[in-house]
Formats: sequence, structure tokens, C-alpha cells
Amino acid sequence: MKDPIAREVHKRTRRSILAGLAGAVIGISGWKWLFSQERDEGLPWPLRRVLGLNETLASACYSNSRLTPQPPAPAPGSPIRINGPLGLESPVDFTQWSLRIAGPFEGEYEKEFSLDEIRKMPRTETTTELKCIEGWTERFSYSGVKFSDFLVQLGRPDRPAYVGFETPDGEYYVSLDMDSMLHPQTLLAYEMNGKPLLIAHGAPLRLLVPVKYGIKSLKRVGTITFSDERLPDYWAERGYDWYAGL
Amino acid sequence: MIEKHPRLIRWTHWLNFALLAIMVWSGVLIYWANDVYRPFFPLWFYNFFRINHRLAEGMAIHFTFMWPTAVNGTVYFVYLLISGQSREIFPHPRSWLRLGRDAFRVALYDLGLAKELPRQDGIYNAAQKIAYSGILLMGMGSIASGLAIYKPIQAYWLTSLLGGYDFARLIHFVLAMGYVLFLIIHVIQVLRAGWRNLRSMIAGFDLPGEIK
Repeated sequence: MKDPIAREVHKRTRRSILAGLAGAVIGISGWKWLFSQERDEGLPWPLRRVLGLNETLASACYSNSRLTPQPPAPAPGSPIRINGPLGLESPVDFTQWSLRIAGPFEGEYEKEFSLDEIRKMPRTETTTELKCIEGWTERFSYSGVKFSDFLVQLGRPDRPAYVGFETPDGEYYVSLDMDSMLHPQTLLAYEMNGKPLLIAHGAPLRLLVPVKYGIKSLKRVGTITFSDERLPDYWAERGYDWYAGL
Repeated sequence: MIEKHPRLIRWTHWLNFALLAIMVWSGVLIYWANDVYRPFFPLWFYNFFRINHRLAEGMAIHFTFMWPTAVNGTVYFVYLLISGQSREIFPHPRSWLRLGRDAFRVALYDLGLAKELPRQDGIYNAAQKIAYSGILLMGMGSIASGLAIYKPIQAYWLTSLLGGYDFARLIHFVLAMGYVLFLIIHVIQVLRAGWRNLRSMIAGFDLPGEIK
């Protein structure tokens, strides 16, 4: 009855619609499969796996010669945005505070430093824009000991792949790759904008790693751990990317 | 029957729709955490689409699906060039003035303010050429501005080229909203153009006669 062209039009249209529907079904099933997978630190494992691949690529391209933007230093004492009280809520006796160094060869490297000892180490001052993972940026200057200088003071010839930081109460903890720790703007800081750290900014000593999102710049450092294995990280356990590098 | 859209163009076109939807949605999950372009999204929008407190999830989805989205877009673009389809889409450098004038007349016609369409050569009119070339440029802009805010220190040259972190973020956001605007106009135009036109993007062919 129908002419051959009309038949061909009908056939191709039907075939294409069926192929499209099949594609849509595969796509939607794939999406559902993805979010029904076992969770790896708060994320379906395939997503966590891709973040790991992104990290491999990012660390292969990473260079410590690239500095963060260095805006002019704000006036001494300029206020700096306060964000996050994690690990700062337990009372701490600042006269008794010391920085403890642990592992991986426990005992052998166990050391303690008072704030005075840290202040006597080579001092570095720099200015940066610290980026919050939420999307905002804060500009400030900060002073302290460069982490690479601190390692020299510590007398560690080896370079374990991972470094962990923990608040004295253990409520907040982060871990980082050694490459980022050796960045020239990575400091154990005791001053921000030319003034000693406020309690809310992590007195008496905090980490500042501007090559990472601010979640890694742990306040009120209690213990530093070195390890060849990746150490626990508060936000990575809650679904965030462990690397968080910029 | 006239072959209008090659199979690869059709598949990448539809796949791009799904992938861009995922990218825009996960992008809004991220944007929520620091919604500086207030009051762009009202509160009811966040509640209705359940956007609140999903930053970690949004970032993981965004930084996973950026790969298939970029690959799909690149395959589309490269195939457009090697198949010669780009000749139908890209305006000729010497006809930009005419292109602008014609596109304006197409818009007037579409709004019911003009009786006649300008004469068109090829399968797309001047407004379509601008829209479809523009969406390709927007895609490249999204990749560049995305990298600029994803790795602002390692890719610092790109970030400063795009006016710094905050401005690159604004570009990335405006482009994302641009896709939504494009989609709305595109769907309206497709509905107006009718089944035969839509079928050509599904089954690939058109019939001789009134080519639109």
C-alpha cells in the first residue's frame, strides 16, 4: 500500500527511536548503579576512584615553583575571616602546649618542641590568598617556619610520602602529601597579619598550606605524624576529595 | 531522502544534553556553598531541588563527569570539522555583517514582527549559525574557566588570563546559566519547527521539499 520511501522513513524513524530509548535506559541504569555502589569514605566507590585518578594526574603536573598569588600585605592587625571551630572547642593550657612529632619510627623520632623553640627556627613571612572549598577567598600575610626548614631542624633526612596533623584534642585531623608540604608557602605559622594568632585562628601554632583548600590548614597543631601510608583525614572521611589541591 | 545529521553527531548531541544537565546540576550543588551572586537562586529553588548541604557530593560528581563531558564535546567538535558539517554552522569570516543583520531579521520573524525570513544558504539560518557556533565557543570557555578555578595555582597563567579567580568563577557560572537559556530557546524553536526537523536529529534524515 505505502510507497517504498514512506516505508523506509517509518523503518528508520522507529529504529532510531528504539536505539535512543535503549541508550536512555542504559544511561539511567548506569546512573542508578553508580549511586547504589558501596560507599568509600562517604562516596560511591567509582566516584572516589575517579577523584584518585584526578589526584594522580594533578600530582604528576604539580610543581612547587608555582606560588600562590601574593597580594600586598594587609595592614598589621587587619581582621581575618574566622571559619570553623573544629578541634578548638576543648580547653587547652597554652603554657603547657608543645608540638609533638610522632612516627613512623616511633620512639626514635618522637620529639617535642615548645613555641619558643619554634620561634627560634628560621622565620618566613609571606602573603597569600587562601581559598575555601566553599568558594570564597581570604587575603592575609602570615609568619612562621617554613615546613621544609622545620624538617631540617627536625633532622629528618628521609621524606615520608605523607604528613598528618592533629589538634591536641584529636577532634580535627588532616593529612597531606609531602610535595605540598615542601611548597615554599607552606608554613607552621604563629602570626597572621603581623599579630600573634588569635585562638580562633589556631593559637599557638597552625598549619597554612595555600596550595590546598583551607580545610587542610589545620589550626592549633598538637601532633605531627609522618608516614609512608596515607593518614586519616577528617573531610576526606566525609565525602570530600582527599587531595584538595589547587 | 536527504542525509542531514550523521550518526555520530546525533549521539554526541543527545549525550551532551544529559552530560550538561549533570554538570549544571552538580555545579549548582557546589555554587550553593558560597552563593555570591545573590539573589540569583531564591531559597525555594534550593529547597525544591534539594540543593542544600551537598557540596562534597556535588564536587565528586562534577569532577567525575567533567571527563565524559569534555571528551564527548571534543569528539563532536572534531567530527564536525573533519566531516565538513562545520561549513554549515560556522559563519564565513567575510559575511559577519550580513550574518548579524540576517540573524536580527530571523529573530524579528520568530517574534512575529516580520513577515519574511531572510534568504538562507545551507541548512541553518543566520540565527542558528550564531547559536550553534556560540554554544561551541561556550563549551571551550567552560573548560578553560573550569580549569582556571579547579587548579588556580598550578594553572595560574590561565586563571590570570581569565581575569583572576573570582572573575573566572563568574565566567564559569554565566556560561552554565547560558546553557540553560540556550536549552529553553532551543526547545521552543524545535517545537515550532515541527516533527520533521526533530526527526532529523533522531533518525538523521530529512525529506526533500520544504527544508527548514
